[in-house]
Amino acid sequence: MKMHRLIGAAAIVAASISLTLVANAGTVSYQIVDDGIPKSLTGTAGNAQAGRKVAYNRKTGNCLACHKAPIPEQQFHGEIGPDLKGVASRYSEAELRLRIVDSKKTNSDTIMPAFYRDTGFTRLQKKWVGKSILKAQEVEDLLAYLMTLK
Amino acid sequence: MKMRQLLLALTFATTGTLAVTGLGLGLVIGQTTAAKAEGIRSGYSYATKETQGLQDDDMSNPGYLWVDTGEDLWSKAEGDAGKSCNDCHGDAAESMKKAGVSYPKYKDDIGKLQNIEQRINQCRTDNMKAKAWKWESSQLLGMTTYVRNQSRGLPVSVAVDGPAAPFFAKGEAFFNQRRGLLDMACKHCHEDNAGNKIRANVLSEGQINGFPVYRLKWGKVGSTHRRFRGCNKQVRAKPFKNGSDEYVNLELYVAWRGRGLGVETPAVRN
Ligand code: HEC
Ligand code: HEC
Ligand code: HEC
Repeated sequence: MKMHRLIGAAAIVAASISLTLVANAGTVSYQIVDDGIPKSLTGTAGNAQAGRKVAYNRKTGNCLACHKAPIPEQQFHGEIGPDLKGVASRYSEAELRLRIVDSKKTNSDTIMPAFYRDTGFTRLQKKWVGKSILKAQEVEDLLAYLMTLK
Repeated sequence: MKMRQLLLALTFATTGTLAVTGLGLGLVIGQTTAAKAEGIRSGYSYATKETQGLQDDDMSNPGYLWVDTGEDLWSKAEGDAGKSCNDCHGDAAESMKKAGVSYPKYKDDIGKLQNIEQRINQCRTDNMKAKAWKWESSQLLGMTTYVRNQSRGLPVSVAVDGPAAPFFAKGEAFFNQRRGLLDMACKHCHEDNAGNKIRANVLSEGQINGFPVYRLKWGKVGSTHRRFRGCNKQVRAKPFKNGSDEYVNLELYVAWRGRGLGVETPAVRN
């Protein structure tokens, strides 16, 4: 599964060019290199404290639906995916960014949602059309938090 | 929250006790040997002891209020034909025994599947010349619960071959199709992760042998299609209408996944 997703990335870049006229619409383009996304989506460093909140907030990341994480004040942690403790020792920042943005790029059959994708859905509810689960800066904040989980 | 729901259920249970005395069907747990052999598990086996307890005892099972509603309607004449269900079908314990295990079924006259709610409503419109009951009305829920309760403990057994085959295939495809912004298919939760906790809830296999079920969260009995709609909406997908062809096809596939499970209607779930 270590493929350079040049074609995919090229398509995303092309799509973003045709979208540049629409202010704030859609997700920003990114490039997948090896098994990760090396460049920040926003260029603004993430805030780990804000990212921790994204991880447990049911309305945003809700990672705790499926993962355990060192967030003891939250009562219920799911057990569908691996424990996020120590995840930064297992993966690089670029690899983690790709797993949050679109984990189907590393496992096409995964239950884990793509948190930063806004197209390619079936029977999407109207209010979510053109939206991704997380905004670009939320992804970067979350990533800053995950990077503290050594 | 949990506490309040439990209290609510208990309140219902006390009222229910008065109404169901005399029914005394005893204890039936919906796990037949056939299903066990294939490792298929009812939602009952994933439920908490408290929830199981509510279901096990007919006197405290709040779903029996709906069984009683159905029983009352069974012998009530309605419509231009001046007939009741009882006039044609007689004792439901005999005449309805098989209906609860075998729907949805392929029907020649409509050239597609029909589920149990639709079959009941066909009797209303064609045989009684009465108005169809609305989906999720207390009448249709009551009658469906009553009819299916007659099959309690009998193994689910639906036909998926012959003319039903193409509809079954559509149901299977639906089950495996990712949907909504969360982009998940039924199978991701109910096949790949049955037994695992998703935040506070233990995922079951998503079986329908207990429907209509009394859900503590709903505070009432609800249909299979209401549950499908909820499971579609929680992944931020547009649900289909109750009684839609899509859901009836899906219902056949889901019923087949639970082949051999004993009917538990009215089951109790969180
Ligand atoms: C619906 C369940 C689900 C949700 C919600 C979910 N994940 Fe996952 N996640 C998984 C599963 C299952 C895996 C295992 C790998 C796979 O399926 O590809 C996984 C794998 C991962 C991995 C790789 C971990 C490892 O040790 O291999 C990371 C990192 C991760 N998830 C982060 C997150 C973050 C951050 C969130 C919240 C924004 C999140 N996940 C939300 C199910 C989920
Ligand atoms: C005028 C007579 C008549 C009345 C009144 C009537 N039905 Fe029926 N019902 C039928 C006939 C005829 C069938 C088809 C039997 C068959 O296909 O073998 C049937 C079939 C059914 C079936 C399917 C049984 C099976 O095993 O597949 C159900 C369920 C049913 N009726 C429920 C009801 C209910 C509930 C009522 C009252 C709301 C009702 N019926 C009123 C004549 C009637
Ligand atoms: C995000 C995970 C998820 C997805 C996807 C999902 N469900 Fe569910 N479903 C649940 C949860 C949670 C429950 C309540 C606990 C349980 O029984 O699993 C539930 C319950 C059910 C039940 C009730 C089971 C019982 O014993 O009463 C049925 C039936 C069901 N789901 C069918 C479906 C179908 C059909 C689909 C696809 C259209 C689907 N679900 C998609 C999470 C999901």
